[in-house]
Order: sequence, then structure tokens, then C-alpha cells
Amino acid sequence: MVPTLKYKNTFPVEGGNFDNAGVISLQIKNIIRDMGFPDDIQRRAAIAIYESELNIISYARAGNINVRIAPHLICIDAADEGPGIEDIDRAMKDGYSTANDRIREMGFGAGMGLSNIKKCSDKFEIISETNKGTHLKILIDIN
Amino acid sequence: MTLISLVKTLNLTVRCCKEKLDCNVTGGYIGDLLSDVIANSDKGNVWITRQSHQNIVAVAELKEHAGIILVRGREPEEETLEKAVKAGIPILSTALPGFEVAGRIYELIKR
Repeated sequence: MVPTLKYKNTFPVEGGNFDNAGVISLQIKNIIRDMGFPDDIQRRAAIAIYESELNIISYARAGNINVRIAPHLICIDAADEGPGIEDIDRAMKDGYSTANDRIREMGFGAGMGLSNIKKCSDKFEIISETNKGTHLKILIDIN
Repeated sequence: MTLISLVKTLNLTVRCCKEKLDCNVTGGYIGDLLSDVIANSDKGNVWITRQSHQNIVAVAELKEHAGIILVRGREPEEETLEKAVKAGIPILSTALPGFEVAGRIYELIKR
């Protein structure tokens, strides 16, 4: 049975534009807080969405973040049009990054994003095709 | 320990949100890598950093930091201040290096 959704929305993200980085994450965190979900769930969702936003901004041309909230589950889908990830196992390693100097100078691109998402999710899947794009599928159980 | 007493003891310059300094500081986190700070800092922390660009505000807001301390003479960029005012995140600055700021805050909070 498909659980009843309490909330769903899709947010466009523009590649290369750091000005509004974190806005989606903040918005969802506030919604989750207002729905009465515990602090830990707020924290995990906020980090997972923040890192997903930053990945699209840092590496892709454009993307979308879709958020669905059900009573016992948060689903985050971040899909982009971008270079894709050549070696997913390597990209998952803490400290591995393909970020350029500009991104690193800002304190991004430390190679922690995907592993942060993994730590914050109950299920995390990366689907990626080189020169096409990347799709992050993140599930957070609320129990 | 309140943020205002930290400001006074360390003689920090308040760059914005003067009215938000009576909050309680739960601890501190020092770092210039945003993913590290977002993953490991806690609510109510002061964040000690050399990053002064506008993206630090969203991180502090998401983590509900008590404030951001820019060290070694770093000054916030104009967009950073605009965003910080909007978010209600105090930005403080000092000529002291991060190591000293962290050490002194640690001593103060421990008491």
C-alpha cells in the first residue's frame, strides 16, 4: 500500500550558482520541524538535502530535488544533468573529490558530501551515467 | 555561558545581530570545510572559521548555531552580512587566530 503523503514538492537547482545554496534544505527542515518530527530526523534530512543541493550546484548544469514526506518516511530524490560519477565506490570514500580550486576555496568539495548523505540516510542509492547525470535516492525512516 | 559574555571577554567585534547576543552557547566548533561543520557541529554552538562568504550563513542557520566568529582579521562580505541579518545569525570578528579563540572559549565554557 502506498503511504499517504503529508508533503511533496520539487525544487529546481541551478548549477554553478552558490548564492542560494542551502535554501531548499532550510525550507524542508522547517516543514519537518513544524510537522513535529524529532530533532534527529530534522538534522539528518537537512544534511542530506544540503549535500544534494551542493552536489548539483558544484558539478552539474542543472537539477531537481524532489522531496516526499510520509508519516514514517522521507524520500529525497536529487537528479541532475551533469558529468555523472565515473567511479561511484571511489566517490563514496571520505576525502575523495573532483572539485576545482574555486569550490575548494569556499570550503566545499572536501569529499565528504556523499558519505555525509550515507550517514544520514537509512537507504542511499546512486545511479549515475557518465556525461549524462546523477540521481541520488535517499530514504530516511522515521521510527 | 551567553554569547554576550563571550563577546565581552574576548573583545569580539559584533558585525551584526546585536539584539541576538543573549542566547546560550552550548559549545563550539572550529572548521573551514562546510561539510565537516554541517555534519559535526551542534545546535547552540559558536562556529569559529576563516570562511567569510555568504554560504556560511545557511550552514549556521541550518545547524541553529548561536553565532559565527570570523578569526585572524577576516571580515564578512557584504552579502554575508545581509543574509546573516535576515537569518538572525550574529557574526563576530576578531584579529585573534582560531586556535586561541577556541582555547579561550573552551576554558570559559568548561567553568
